[in-house]
Amino acid sequence: MSAAPSIIAAPPVRESLALSCRGVRVSYRTTEVVCGVDLELGIGEWLGVIGPNGAGKSTLLRSVAGLAEHLGTVALSDGRSPGAADVALVPQSPVLPAGMTVAEYVLLGRTAHLGWLARESRADREIASSVLHRLNLTAFADRLVSTLSGGEAQQVVVARALAQQCPVLLLDEPTSALDLGHQVSVLELVDDLRRSEGLSVLAAMHDLSAAARFADRLMLIDRGRIVAQGSPAEVLRADLLSAVYATPLTVQDIDGELVVLPAPRRQATRRRSHGR
Amino acid sequence: MADASLPATPVADDDVARRAVQRAYGVPVGAVLVGVALLAAVGLLSATSGAAGLPVGGVFAALFDWVPLLGAESSLSATQESILFEIRLPRLVLGMLVGGSLGMAGAAYQGVFRNPLADPYLLGVSAGAGFGAVLALGFGLDLGWGPFDTVPAAAFLGALVAVAASMAIARGGGTSPATLLLGGVAMAALFAAAQTYAIQQLDETRSREVLSWLFGQLNTSGWKQVWLLAPYTVVCGAALFVHRRHLDVLRVGDDEARSLGLDPARSRLLVIAAASLLTAAAVSVSGMIAFVGLVVPHIVRLLVSHSYRVIVPLSAVVGAAFLAFTDIGARTLLAPAELPVGVITAFVGAPFFALVLWRGRWSTA
Repeated sequence: MSAAPSIIAAPPVRESLALSCRGVRVSYRTTEVVCGVDLELGIGEWLGVIGPNGAGKSTLLRSVAGLAEHLGTVALSDGRSPGAADVALVPQSPVLPAGMTVAEYVLLGRTAHLGWLARESRADREIASSVLHRLNLTAFADRLVSTLSGGEAQQVVVARALAQQCPVLLLDEPTSALDLGHQVSVLELVDDLRRSEGLSVLAAMHDLSAAARFADRLMLIDRGRIVAQGSPAEVLRADLLSAVYATPLTVQDIDGELVVLPAPRRQATRRRSHGR
Repeated sequence: MADASLPATPVADDDVARRAVQRAYGVPVGAVLVGVALLAAVGLLSATSGAAGLPVGGVFAALFDWVPLLGAESSLSATQESILFEIRLPRLVLGMLVGGSLGMAGAAYQGVFRNPLADPYLLGVSAGAGFGAVLALGFGLDLGWGPFDTVPAAAFLGALVAVAASMAIARGGGTSPATLLLGGVAMAALFAAAQTYAIQQLDETRSREVLSWLFGQLNTSGWKQVWLLAPYTVVCGAALFVHRRHLDVLRVGDDEARSLGLDPARSRLLVIAAASLLTAAAVSVSGMIAFVGLVVPHIVRLLVSHSYRVIVPLSAVVGAAFLAFTDIGARTLLAPAELPVGVITAFVGAPFFALVLWRGRWSTA
């Protein structure tokens, strides 16, 4: 691992890793989108991957999930490369098939655990129903996934990922389609589960304030390369973010929580009033 | 999370979740019973209707007597028995096998392509089979071997060549459903053109023979066709049945399917191979029977469930009942002449399908 400018913050107990990546590179045709990323995810840790659109966040997650062909290694603590029983992905815009009930959808999470005849055992069904119960989705269980609101749907997708019973949860901008209240409730749900189930979370996040709040550690990437990593306070610096996001940003500390905002721009307001 | 735990009994809540999962997992017993009862009723109707009227009680007794270890005094005359066992039953069973095969194959194709318009002839099975049959008849090829007659053998080979060509094209393009579908359209067009050209080159009697085969009919000579088709129905049908849950996983798209632990390309290849083999076998003994493979899965979907674990097996049952039922019309409506059963499947199926569609929209609105 290249020497990162960091004192690793948050859970100091990192004697064991859930997952590690070495020199991950992904190319689409001739363009390299992820250019040699190393990362280590501790057990029970929440690592937030931030960066502008097109930085390679989703692609990095996809290569960890085994969905993108990549160079370099992605390995679990025992050296195996992860499969669908090891990492569960909550996609950015999940497909919600017409006519599929919530219970059927959550049962799909058991796919990787089924035998040759692809029948769910009693244990598989028990896991699905306990997940529904735990996430308070019982009342939705017979609803069609296509009729759910954005926030409800995202909870159901998290439920399916939980039913996979993987030690690592990958979230690909899980709240990009949600309003503020649902963003917080979905992230809090994941945070609670992380604590109660000992899950490790690797999340691509576009909301920097939410990233500061939920992640133990942040990794800022730009054009496929790691620009900075460390605790939220170390990574969320106005100068760094303004340069990477190519727009003036300020970072404010409100009651101990970091909040990232666009810097006020007089010019913009003046231009708008001219136009009117 | 606002976890305002109400004093409601958590046990009951847990039970609700368990029951919902059970519903998602299980087979709707009521629908299966209705389907099987329908199949039995159609079978009885078919066995007793026709030029020579057979009494229902006699048919029952004869069937019981036929089953080993069960004895029953049959009231049928020897002629009636031979009509039942050598003419009616083979044709009835063949109709059920063909209908069940087409229903299942149609369900599989719709699942694999995630396309409601997919039918078993999509990848050029029909055009390939037709071309093969025309070639064999036109050039007087003798492909007959053992129990296999020339036309079915040639049709079977032609169908497999067309599907293999479609799949080879798509493999070059990465085996996405869209490439496969377009490859199938290209192959179907090519083989249809070749078939039309070849028919035009035939003399009149032979082209009539080919055309009547193309229209699709369940002409049987004893049990021969049944024994030709049955192994395919059993083996390929079992393969599709085992993969029915894969089709549900594919509904969330290739990417998510892979993240759930399914290899989408592999599953798709396997399912298409089984469904195509099944269709090719059905087409080779019965010609092109339109509409069954397209509409039967939709009827099951609209009336019972969108889940392929229900659609695949029930499409077999409903397809079997549907084709056996329409074949009664094909035999009796213009007796002693025969109507091509494909004509009746469309005449009966299209209005019924329209009704189901219209009611489905009306009730979910």
